Amino acid sequence: MQSYWSWFGGGLALACCFLLAVTLVKPIGVSTQFVIADGVIWSLFDSELLQSSQDNKHGVASPNAYLNKSGGKYAAAIENPINYGFIFVLAMIGGAFLGSRFSKGESEAKVEPSSSCALTQRPASQRYAMAFIGGAIVLFGARLAGGCTSGHMMSGMMQTSLSGYLFALAAFAAAVPTAILLYGRDI
Amino acid sequence: MTILLAVVLGALFGFVLQRVGATDSKVIWGMLTLKDLRLAKTILFAIGVSSFALFAGMQLGLIDAGHMSVKSAYYGVLIGGLLLGLGWAVAGYCPGTGVAALGEGKRDAVVYVLGGLFGALIYTLVYEKIADTWLFEKIAGGKVTLAGSDKYASLITDISPILIAGAFAAVFVVLAALLPRRLAA
Repeated sequence: MQSYWSWFGGGLALACCFLLAVTLVKPIGVSTQFVIADGVIWSLFDSELLQSSQDNKHGVASPNAYLNKSGGKYAAAIENPINYGFIFVLAMIGGAFLGSRFSKGESEAKVEPSSSCALTQRPASQRYAMAFIGGAIVLFGARLAGGCTSGHMMSGMMQTSLSGYLFALAAFAAAVPTAILLYGRDI
Repeated sequence: MTILLAVVLGALFGFVLQRVGATDSKVIWGMLTLKDLRLAKTILFAIGVSSFALFAGMQLGLIDAGHMSVKSAYYGVLIGGLLLGLGWAVAGYCPGTGVAALGEGKRDAVVYVLGGLFGALIYTLVYEKIADTWLFEKIAGGKVTLAGSDKYASLITDISPILIAGAFAAVFVVLAALLPRRLAA
């Protein structure tokens, strides 16, 4: 088991991340960038996906209704992925890599999670299937909700937004029984 | 300049997520099965501290309310939240922690992110079909907060914002401190 920060120190550090972000730029959010990443890949195969537009506030339009919404906000981010939101999420990858090198149980971080987690008795293929299916459900849900644990729950509740509270209640209402049902005996 | 900030703030966030254990699916399952609530205490404490500091900072003129970005409340937030919770429990990652776990080199996180890209693509394709349904009907006016600010309307209007934010923050901090490490056997 790795040695993680205490709830007090870790909570303060996490609070600093969210405060710094809202003070300097805007509240932290992650799940939108999955759409942007999809769009960047999609646009490589479909030259019609993005079109310049005078009507859209962000100057880019798309035949896809979702990418075209809010004045082509997502379409514009796909056309120029070197923007704040996308680079922020890419930088998280590097930050987490550094974090894992700092920890004492360093070797364990590198170990395949399926061997170190609760699923020791289960085959790795099952772990991968759960990760893929879970990931698909999470991002579909996050996009329907308009945000994820970062944007809705942490940033939202920090701002005391009603949507953040509703989201957090719904997320835990589903997550706790599901986790107990699936992994209650393993943990 | 904003790109530089994106690199610094993103890296810091990824680093902290890793150091609090949020990128460890075993820690997530420990929290969701109520057997190890250290991460829940961390999250509650972080929300309490950041919320109070945000409203205090705005009150003192140190933080620009224009930087706030409140998301709309609509029925899809509840349905989407339920789905996210379901997938979160199944996979052991949420979007941010999955991306960060990928940075640690966890192979299941790579699969998770691929699944996430697939789920986001499906949503992008079906959005047009559901855009005009009840899912997007607003709740209580949509972009509202509990504590008022210069930018957003508030549900509670006759109490000063810092008192409301402070009261909620106090509840979160006390919960974080008092919650036992382990709730379920």
